[in-house]
Amino acid sequence: MARESLGFEITELRLGLPGEPKSLVSTNKNEKKRMFSEIDGNGDNEKKSNTGGNLKTTESKAQVVGWPPVCSYRKKNSMNEATKMYVKVSMDGAPFLRKIDLGMHKGYSELALALEKLFGCYGMGEALKDPENCEHVPIYEDKEGDWMLVGDVPWEMFMESCKRLRIMKRSDAWQIERTYIEIDEIKEKNV
Amino acid sequence: MKKAAYSFPEEVLEHVFSFIISDKDRSSISLVCKSWYEIERWCRRKVFVGNCYAVSPPILIKRFPELRSVTLKGKPHFADFNLVPEGWGGFACPWIRAMAGAYPWLEEIRLKRMVVSDESLEIIAKSFRNFKVLVLSSCEGFTTEGLAAIAANCRNLRELDLRESEVEDLSGRWLSDFPDSYTSLESLNISCLGNEVNLLALERLVSRCPNLKTLRLNRAVPLDRLPNLLRGAPQLAELGTGAYTSEMRPDVFSNLAEAFAGCKQLKTLSGFWDVLPSYLPAVYPICSQLISLNLSYATVQSPELIKLVSLCEKLQKLWVLDYIEDDGLEVLAASCKDLRELRVFPSDPFGLEPNVALTEQGLVSVSEGCPKLQSVLYFCRQMSNAALNTIARNRPNLTRFRLCIIEPRSPDYLTLQPLDDGFGAIVEHCKDLRRLSLSGLLTDRVFEYIGTYGKKLEMLSVAFAGDSDLGLHHVLSGCDNLRKLEIRDCPFGDKALLANAAKLETMRSLWMSSCSVSFGACKVLGQKMPRLNVEVMDESGPPDSRPESSPVEKLYVYRTVAGPRLDMPGFVWTMDDDSALRIS
Repeated sequence: MARESLGFEITELRLGLPGEPKSLVSTNKNEKKRMFSEIDGNGDNEKKSNTGGNLKTTESKAQVVGWPPVCSYRKKNSMNEATKMYVKVSMDGAPFLRKIDLGMHKGYSELALALEKLFGCYGMGEALKDPENCEHVPIYEDKEGDWMLVGDVPWEMFMESCKRLRIMKRSDAWQIERTYIEIDEIKEKNV
Repeated sequence: MKKAAYSFPEEVLEHVFSFIISDKDRSSISLVCKSWYEIERWCRRKVFVGNCYAVSPPILIKRFPELRSVTLKGKPHFADFNLVPEGWGGFACPWIRAMAGAYPWLEEIRLKRMVVSDESLEIIAKSFRNFKVLVLSSCEGFTTEGLAAIAANCRNLRELDLRESEVEDLSGRWLSDFPDSYTSLESLNISCLGNEVNLLALERLVSRCPNLKTLRLNRAVPLDRLPNLLRGAPQLAELGTGAYTSEMRPDVFSNLAEAFAGCKQLKTLSGFWDVLPSYLPAVYPICSQLISLNLSYATVQSPELIKLVSLCEKLQKLWVLDYIEDDGLEVLAASCKDLRELRVFPSDPFGLEPNVALTEQGLVSVSEGCPKLQSVLYFCRQMSNAALNTIARNRPNLTRFRLCIIEPRSPDYLTLQPLDDGFGAIVEHCKDLRRLSLSGLLTDRVFEYIGTYGKKLEMLSVAFAGDSDLGLHHVLSGCDNLRKLEIRDCPFGDKALLANAAKLETMRSLWMSSCSVSFGACKVLGQKMPRLNVEVMDESGPPDSRPESSPVEKLYVYRTVAGPRLDMPGFVWTMDDDSALRIS
């Protein structure tokens, strides 16, 4: 499972919910551009391509933006641990790691800005506008030790499960994907 | 102009008007005749602007030249749930600048959901010599530097309330900027601040202000400093604790208990972050005098919490987490016969499985046991028409009913039917219902009930409900007193909106997101109704880059005398005559 998620997703900032059929290239350019802001809570990802009427949703409630309607202030202040949620952030090529307080940010777009400031990697902001071409890919390690692409799950869920962040170079990501593809090919040969 | 011999001199009228305080009544007075309008506007001292874009600073100042108190609200309510993108608007600065010039004697500014900068706070601090009250509710955009300016300059400040605001907390030292000679503080709410304030400064401030009635601390104030603070202000009526936890030491406990017991006027308690249940009994001695208790940050399940509640026989308002469970609510129902307001918040809103034994039964018990219950906000995971029916019949005196069944479109868990009849019973029996929030599986029928019975309804919140435009039409055509309507993820579209365009001018605002309203319809609405601002929000690009029939992401319509606003960010478009020409 972990390997699969690292496979395509690491290179593809696709728009879609877990469980939906994966496609490498999203047909709607506009959808992709909005990825961060939508999942941040500034858009409603399930209604985008519907012209209305069809209300069948397959997402669990955790995927729905702004639902249940708990005030963001209350959400932020209800955390059991101290409100400071510092996690380590490593950036490929940087000589040392940094720490960032996830609790200080309201969503993915704020996080992207904060990461930009920390590392001066302006790729983060660009990722919001043009994910295909940005140089860096943010990934995070979740509670189960898997490396996940930042942006798939609602912000609150991300805050709770993120243990550390890594800003990966896109070129590295391709290498990893190639490695896994090679591993797969070897496995298939040996079957 | 000839004045009738028997008409009152202006001074007498003015004196009479000074007894009329409600905005509605003031408005009625001003409509009687021109001279009453004139007299009234000169002696109006307090104004409430429910939507800062419905009017502009110059218009306000021109009509009311002698205000002492202004209240402004900015962003739509759904901004609380992250549905309004950053940069949308609600900027306080233009208002504060204008008021600084026009109202040198302004005493009170209350802002809700607005963006307030440090610069604005500095202007306030320097411009109003008699400034007394600053309330920033769910605001953002300022730092502790702005607060320092207020503290240092506002010699007559009585109230500083930052409830639920997002403050960039650069340093706790701002509190020390209150001069030693400053003693007029009556109310301080810093519960939203993230960092420690200078505790010594706080203690000194508290003890030198003899009229301090309300003190709401932030989480960072440790429990072992609370007794000192309380001893410095035994006249406190409202207290919000800081973190309610500490190493368990008997001296800390007894110190705390003694300090609480010394606050004979304490009527309201809140705070209780990180609560350690074994410290709750310190509060027991004053429970019998409490009328309001906010335990909604007490993220702990414990019998001490329920015991606490059971001792508060005078309790009128309780905010609590669903850790209280049905059992606890039954105790509440048995003990607190004066209860007027209950809010039960979810401890685990995103969990897929229930984590607590809280069901519809808890609310039913309270509706049975608390005859004065008027206001309900309840998060739960299951509901039935039968329960809603019972609640409605038990409590026809409900005025606010907000129910959130956590899973969208949940049916009646017993019959698997929609919850139309249950909510229908609520609107039918609760004839004074002013505010209603719906959830669960709902068809157009519930809206038919609401349109038929919800005659006093002023605010309605709808999500994931309805089948067709008919639902929206029922509400817009039936609810005579509707002021605010907010809708998300419902299949409501053009027909109902356009057919009821005139209704929108009688309301403060309409919000529709993820519905089926087309861009074309928004344009038509904007053209047809010049006194409405029809704002379309779309973060994926200009709506005219897509076909006219494609639905808009978000629509916010509000009446205004100020015309289209000029401070819109790139993702908001106003549909007015000009834009229609531009686009086509």
